Order: sequence, then structure tokens, then C-alpha cells
Amino acid sequence: MKNWPLFEIFIRSRNGLDHKHVGSLHASDAQMAIENARDVYSRRLEGVSIWVVESKYITASDPGDKDAMFEPAVDKIYRHPTFYKLPKEVDHM
Amino acid sequence: MKDQEQLLKEFQEKIDREEKIEPKDWMPEEYRKTLIRQISQHAHSEVVGMLPEGNWITRAPNLRRKAILLAKIQDEAGHGLYLYSAAETLGIDRDTLIDELLSGKAKYSSIFNYPALTWADMGAIGWLVDGAAIVNQVALCRTSYGPYARAMVRICKEESFHQRQGYEILLALCRGNAAQKKMAQDSLNRWWWPSLMMFGPSDKNSAHTAHSMNWKIKRFTNDELRQKFVDMTVPQANVLGIKIPDDKLQWNEQRGHYDFGEINWEEFNHVVKGNGPCNRQRLDDRRKAHEEGQWVRDAAMAYAEKRSNKIA
Ligand SMILES: [Fe+2]
Ligand SMILES: [Fe+2]
Repeated sequence: MKNWPLFEIFIRSRNGLDHKHVGSLHASDAQMAIENARDVYSRRLEGVSIWVVESKYITASDPGDKDAMFEPAVDKIYRHPTFYKLPKEVDHM
Repeated sequence: MKDQEQLLKEFQEKIDREEKIEPKDWMPEEYRKTLIRQISQHAHSEVVGMLPEGNWITRAPNLRRKAILLAKIQDEAGHGLYLYSAAETLGIDRDTLIDELLSGKAKYSSIFNYPALTWADMGAIGWLVDGAAIVNQVALCRTSYGPYARAMVRICKEESFHQRQGYEILLALCRGNAAQKKMAQDSLNRWWWPSLMMFGPSDKNSAHTAHSMNWKIKRFTNDELRQKFVDMTVPQANVLGIKIPDDKLQWNEQRGHYDFGEINWEEFNHVVKGNGPCNRQRLDDRRKAHEEGQWVRDAAMAYAEKRSNKIA
């Protein structure tokens, strides 16, 4: 028998919020993945909407490249509002 | 290319900083192996754990109890799935894990090799077995491997109803007639010691503890967790008005803990080795369920393939 593929499950807990990764499960196809996700990840009103995607379609960054990927942001503190010192009267800007 | 020693050093530093390890991060082979063993054992326990309770669904005393028991058992199936998924992030596939359970190669918690003989056992299992599991699992919410910790957080949220529903069953029996109270006492007598055994061998005989503590897979030792469970459970037994079957059980003012008697480690080893009252039956039942479900899995896959061919 061919194994059921693995799906990653994303759930929107309520409207206005993003879908969030909650885990994974095996299913024969996407429709079954949604049905199983309801039973496995939403038995207590955890969600109002479910996304599923087969795990093999996710491309992930390499943790080994973490420094090269994210370091360049570290010294650009002028991207944050707190970098700018303003007079007290207008500092709430 | 970093050498092994450097990688290992950075790994330990990360753990010491309380940073979680995620699936694609570098990790020592021994860390990976330990986790696969522990998480899959844990998953198998959730799945086999459904059997003693499943035995009582059709005999629950009323519809309310039946609906609750069903929901509880369904949660345990979910727990098994969360944990299998967490194990799979370490590079082992589901079928291998299931094969290891069915072939008897993998272990699961020995507690489920004891029979559930009376309705009161549904109470004792929820109160004591889920209670002990909660003590273990709350500690594991801070384990160093990210997917395992997240699965534990989810599981802990669901467990507390399991313990409360079990306690409520015993409460009803203990407030009932003499025969009902006796049934509750009898189930406590049978489940107390096996529940204490759920925390595993004593620290002085535990093969894996030191490594697991260093890597923060485990955050507390077996004996620490066992003590926590005893301290928490004794007052609950008093409220029920039934007696824990241990003559040595006594509050120790100095330690601030209950002292308790020695566990029968011979019995523990006997059951771990596969010779408990129900080891055989549990695995037979799992195998049968797996085999009888084969055509469903095949049919679902055939249907999915046929549909995707049509779309393509
Ligand atoms: Fe559970
Ligand atoms: Fe439970």
C-alpha cells in the first residue's frame, strides 16, 4: 500500500486573526486532511477556518543560514521608532 | 564546516540558554534517538491507553457518562496523533512507528497492561492514571525539543477534564451505598501502586536520567515527579473518604512531603517485560484493529488517486 501523505495544518482561531500552524497529520487527500484536522485539532472550538497543505510543498530556510539571513537586520536600528529622540512634548508621535 | 565538537558545544549552549531545538536544527544523534524513543513510547501509550476504557463505553451507567467517556477516549486518540507527528519531525515515518508497536519492539506505559474490571476503574483511571500523566506532562511542556513541547502544551490543556471526570465518577460512588463505596475502594487498591510505577524506575536505577536532564528533555527526575503526585493525591483520597493501600504513607513534617512505602519493583519489571495481566491482549487488539482497518486505508488512497487522475 502507498502511505498516506503528510499534511501541515493551519487554523484561524477567529475572524480577524491569521491562520496559525498547529501541527500535522496523515490523510489520503486534502479533503480528508481537512476533515481529520477538524477532529484532531479542533474538538473544542479552536477554530473557524482550516488550511491544509501537503508537507512536501513547503520550502524552509536552512537553520544553518540563520546568521546570514537575519543578521543584516540587527544593526539597522533606525528602522525602529525608538531610534529617534524627540522633545518630550512631541514624543508620543 | 564546523567540527562535531564545536557543534556539540553550541548545541549545549543553546539548551542552557533555554532556546528550543527545532526539527531542522543540528542535534546530536543520541538526542534524536532518545527523543524518538521517548515521544513514540508516549504516543503508543496514548493509543493503547484507549483500550481499557474502550472496554466500558457500552456499559457506562448512563448517557451522560457514556458521552463523557467517549469524548475522553477521543482525546487520547488525538494525543497519540499529536505525538506521532512530533516524532515524525525527527525523520522517522509513521508506519515504522506503528510497526514497532505492533511487533512488540516498542514499549508503552505498563499501566495499560492492567485490566479495567469495574465501572469504578473508569474513575480510578481518570483520577490516578491521567493524574499521574498530567504531572509528567506538565513537566514536559518545557522540554527542549520544540515540537514535543508544543504537543505537550496542547495535551495538558485537554487532560484536566480527564482527571476531573474520573474523580467525579468516584465521588458519586463514594457518596452512594456501601457496595458502591466498596467498589471505589477496591479500584483504588488495584490502581494505586501501578500508578506510582508510571513514573518509571527509581532515580538510582534509571538508565537515561542524567543525559536527558542535561539536554533538558526531562526537567525533573522520576522520583521527584512521583513525590509530587503522591503529595497532590493523598488529600484528594481523603475527600473521597477511601484509603490509599499503603501502611507506610505518612506526612513528614521535616521534608514537607508524604513518605510512602517501597514499590514492588519485581512486579514492575515483570509487566515491563511483557508478562503483565493484559500485555498480550492489548497488542492482539491493536494488531487486529490495524489489520481490519487496512482495506479502509487502501480504499481511501485508491479513491484519492482516482480523483486526482481525473483532475489532472
Ligand atoms: Fe492523554
Ligand atoms: Fe488523558
